[in-house]
Amino acid sequence: MAAIGGCLTLLVVIAVFGAIWAIWRYNNLISLRNQVGNGWKQIDVQLKRRHDLIPNLVAAVKGEMQFEQDTLEKVIQARNSAVAARGVADTADKENALTQTLSRLFALAENYPTLKANEQVKTLMEELSSTENRIGFARQFYNDIATRFNTAQQLFPDNLIAQTFHFQPVELYEIKDEAERAVPKVDLNVRSDQTKS
Amino acid sequence: MTNLFDQQKRNLTNTRLFIAGFVLLLVLVGLGADGVLYAGGFSPGIPFATLGALAFGGMSAWWSLHGGDRAVLESASAVPLDPSDPRQRQLENVVEEVAIAGGIPKPAIYIVPDADPNAFATGSGPEKASIAVTRGLLEKLNRDELQGVISHELSHVRNYDVRLMTVVAALAGAILLLSDWSRRGLGWGGRRRSSNDGGGGGLGILFAILWVVSIVLAPIIAQIVSLAVSRQREYLADASGAELTRNPLALASALEKIAAAVEPTPSIKQGIAHLCIEDPRGGSLGQKDGVFANLFSTHPPIARRIALLREMAYQKA
Repeated sequence: MAAIGGCLTLLVVIAVFGAIWAIWRYNNLISLRNQVGNGWKQIDVQLKRRHDLIPNLVAAVKGEMQFEQDTLEKVIQARNSAVAARGVADTADKENALTQTLSRLFALAENYPTLKANEQVKTLMEELSSTENRIGFARQFYNDIATRFNTAQQLFPDNLIAQTFHFQPVELYEIKDEAERAVPKVDLNVRSDQTKS
Repeated sequence: MTNLFDQQKRNLTNTRLFIAGFVLLLVLVGLGADGVLYAGGFSPGIPFATLGALAFGGMSAWWSLHGGDRAVLESASAVPLDPSDPRQRQLENVVEEVAIAGGIPKPAIYIVPDADPNAFATGSGPEKASIAVTRGLLEKLNRDELQGVISHELSHVRNYDVRLMTVVAALAGAILLLSDWSRRGLGWGGRRRSSNDGGGGGLGILFAILWVVSIVLAPIIAQIVSLAVSRQREYLADASGAELTRNPLALASALEKIAAAVEPTPSIKQGIAHLCIEDPRGGSLGQKDGVFANLFSTHPPIARRIALLREMAYQKA
């Protein structure tokens, strides 16, 4: 009798410790998931800022850059499809396309000294390049925390908790290799650049 | 062969050792007094002076932690940033960017009207931080370099350096004050003992000698240690700042420009030198290398900081 009682006590103790451990690890995963959500919100705020700034910039440079209507049009198009994007991978894709058209615009603007002297354009350029940096840093922060969340779900024994409660790995905000490698081309012959489209 | 993460970790370990050393010094000064009291026949049963010294150190640290940042900003006559000026607006943008990279709230930003390039951070933690840059810094650095300097300062905030350095400075001050009091007390006690001789005998004399040595050495050691902590935190802030922006070369080139402006920063008092990007006393001490110059400066030699940042950039490539 005493032996069975001892066994029971032992089982209860193990069960209690197991439950405490499970709660602790579950809360850890939840807190990571919330941080990931927060990180994504940060990116979203900055993307919104970018979408709001772009029409202003285009309007400000339109008069001076009338020979670059094609580029300006592409910026606006890329911006509109980026606004419509949903989900991490889709957003990343569309925003990368926007980044490329924007850096093209920035590079072309270098050819217009009057633009660079214009106070309004200068302010908008500063705001926009700050936004680009913020997006980059917010992405860096999001990817770090998302990687930690995904790794936590895969490691034993935490993966048991993750599977039981159906935690899903989150997508990283990735830059495609080509987009990252593409250096904004400052083409001295602007005409040929346009006909290529 | 050190990467950013290793360097951060090593610096953190060193800092813990420094703090432990400080507490030890306080205990030493207190125990010496207790020993002398005990040998003198006065034994209250508890290490009275030791506890007193620890309480005194703790209290002065607490005092300077609460409300220290206002005093620091006022002493540098810092004014809040004016976003209508394009250059200051850019600074605000840069601070916001780096705060996002570090995942901390955007600190309050101040401008110090001084032509020498320098910057400092204050406040007890990321939730309640302020950052101040001189007008000269805004004029001399380009956007990337500014970002490098801000990442250094925000790393001080993020790593709780401001809190740590405030505590260390307060403890060093407490040790200095206690030793000073002890020396005065010693003169008084000595006179009294000569009037009614006897008491402790050989043991008492031994304790007294040890105590005298400790109260003479403790403030010097405390000073050297607090400066060593400051230098460690500078290396750490350089390393973690570079980790935030992933651009160590921008900070290196900012440091070069700051070093080239050898004039001191008169608006910033020496008391907050440990919070600055570079020693506000100007070139002379910051440039020199060598054991002695190193021992008595708040910042590591700027040339070595630049070399370390360059090395980080090289490893990344």
